[in-house]
Amino acid sequence: MSKSVQYIYKEDNLAKSEANVYKESDLKTQEMLINIGPQHPSTHGVLRLEVVTDGEIIVDVVPHLGYLHRCFEKHAESMAYNQTIPYVDRMDYVAAMNSEHIYAMGVEKMLGITDDIPKRVEYIRVLVAELNRLASHFVAIGTYAIDIGAFTPFLWMMRDREHILRLLEWVSGSRMLYNYIWVGGLYYDLPVGFEERCKEFIDYLKPKLRELQDLIVENKIFVERTANVGVLPLNLAINYGISGPMLRGSGLKYDLRKVDAYSVYPELEFDVPIGKGEMGTTGDCWDRTYVRMQECWESAKIIEQCIERLTTDLKRTRDFDPQAAVPRKVRPKQMDLYFRGESPKGELGYYFRTQANKEIPYRVKVRSCCFVNLSILPEIAKGTMFADLVAIIGSFDFVMGEVDR
Amino acid sequence: MKLDEKLIGLLHEKFGKENITINDSVDETVCTVDKSILFQVCLFLRDDESFYFDYLSCITGIDNGLDVNSIEVIYNLNSIPFEKRITLKVLVNRDLDSDGNCSVPSVCKIWKNADWLERETYDLLGVKFENHPDLRRILLPSDWEGFPLRKDYKLQEYYHGIKVDY
Repeated sequence: MSKSVQYIYKEDNLAKSEANVYKESDLKTQEMLINIGPQHPSTHGVLRLEVVTDGEIIVDVVPHLGYLHRCFEKHAESMAYNQTIPYVDRMDYVAAMNSEHIYAMGVEKMLGITDDIPKRVEYIRVLVAELNRLASHFVAIGTYAIDIGAFTPFLWMMRDREHILRLLEWVSGSRMLYNYIWVGGLYYDLPVGFEERCKEFIDYLKPKLRELQDLIVENKIFVERTANVGVLPLNLAINYGISGPMLRGSGLKYDLRKVDAYSVYPELEFDVPIGKGEMGTTGDCWDRTYVRMQECWESAKIIEQCIERLTTDLKRTRDFDPQAAVPRKVRPKQMDLYFRGESPKGELGYYFRTQANKEIPYRVKVRSCCFVNLSILPEIAKGTMFADLVAIIGSFDFVMGEVDR
Repeated sequence: MKLDEKLIGLLHEKFGKENITINDSVDETVCTVDKSILFQVCLFLRDDESFYFDYLSCITGIDNGLDVNSIEVIYNLNSIPFEKRITLKVLVNRDLDSDGNCSVPSVCKIWKNADWLERETYDLLGVKFENHPDLRRILLPSDWEGFPLRKDYKLQEYYHGIKVDY
């Protein structure tokens, strides 16, 4: 490497790299320009909001993103398909298993080996993905509670999430960023005794879920704070491409696990909970949180069914090799493919363009659910009270790692 | 899902065979559309009663490189009531210097989330979207130079006095 100067001082180095859209001279007399973030706990990461208010009423919100941009798409263009998986983990870092699962399925579909994956591998994948979905929803509900002023539920949620993280650590060796689901298989089989331990955990979790539902979702203070706040009507939600619990909170039964019926989800029994406006208007912050809470029950149901299968007809055998179908070289035909799946936050999609006989993709584009979900924020926040802004942001449940990629 | 003959027939009838080219993909209907009619095609697809593509999943920009000298913008559309999917592709010249090149009509008015998705495509590939309400960079800082996902992208040497390449 040639010697070069690391920093050259000039006066205009200190200019703002991301200027405000509104200037003070544009504002009316009674209007105020308030900056929230990027380092603000209630923005769930590094999101900067430029808020114009008239007294306490919000006139406009301009989100500024990109503080956590790590060039995922550029990196993916220079790496083999299987080497990209650790980077996929780092996008939505609270639900890494789900992102891995969808990515691996997308690449397998391009290779045409979707049907060669052993059933046991598929069930283990769904098992760990649903465990991770539980963990992600726990973070969502727990941090939402702390955003609007309840401290206890957060600690309770983190306590139960810890069990899941330890289970997943036992499986893969790491707590958050797993690199466990590989293209064509898994890194390891489940550790001996995992199924029993997991069953114990679900038995432990069920009363706790009930308790949490009483503690927070049906709590009068929580209902008063979130019902009728940040209402997202269904037609607007669809027009904005909203997905996941946010879309279902607005009252549409639309879950890609049912619609696209990928992996072994068609063999499993679970419901798709939707918001019905029980406490206020359909599509308010309470409905979104309620949908997440109900999805925790559904995930627990799915996990039980997976364990059932994994301990009976798909039992562990001595000669089972989770890497049996892993291709030596990942070389898909030349094609374009958009593959999507249901991550805890919504529709996570990958658009691949492959090169003939090459191990490196020509382009990988990520359709990030958090990115699209966040884009509706100005629309909902306009005209609400300033204090409700935090309640609205929290109910979106986005992870900046995935928004910025 | 297979190629949707009815949809293709309807599109050909309405917009002419020469403007819409069909190519087979893994499991979807893929149409290459001329950019002059993109907005009309999108509006038709969204409002037609028998298809009703009301959900825009994704906008992807792909640089085809210096040899082909084109950029593709790809729209993945979904119909929630009919559970159908369609992919639209638009090809544009990738030269940035002259007017009218490397620009695509914006579909923000049809699907609102196109706003940010188009901004992202502009940010990383430099595709301009005509009639976009607020075409600024979104992921990169506003004073970043160049468009990183272009195949001939070169890093700038210094950003605010800090060496970029390490």
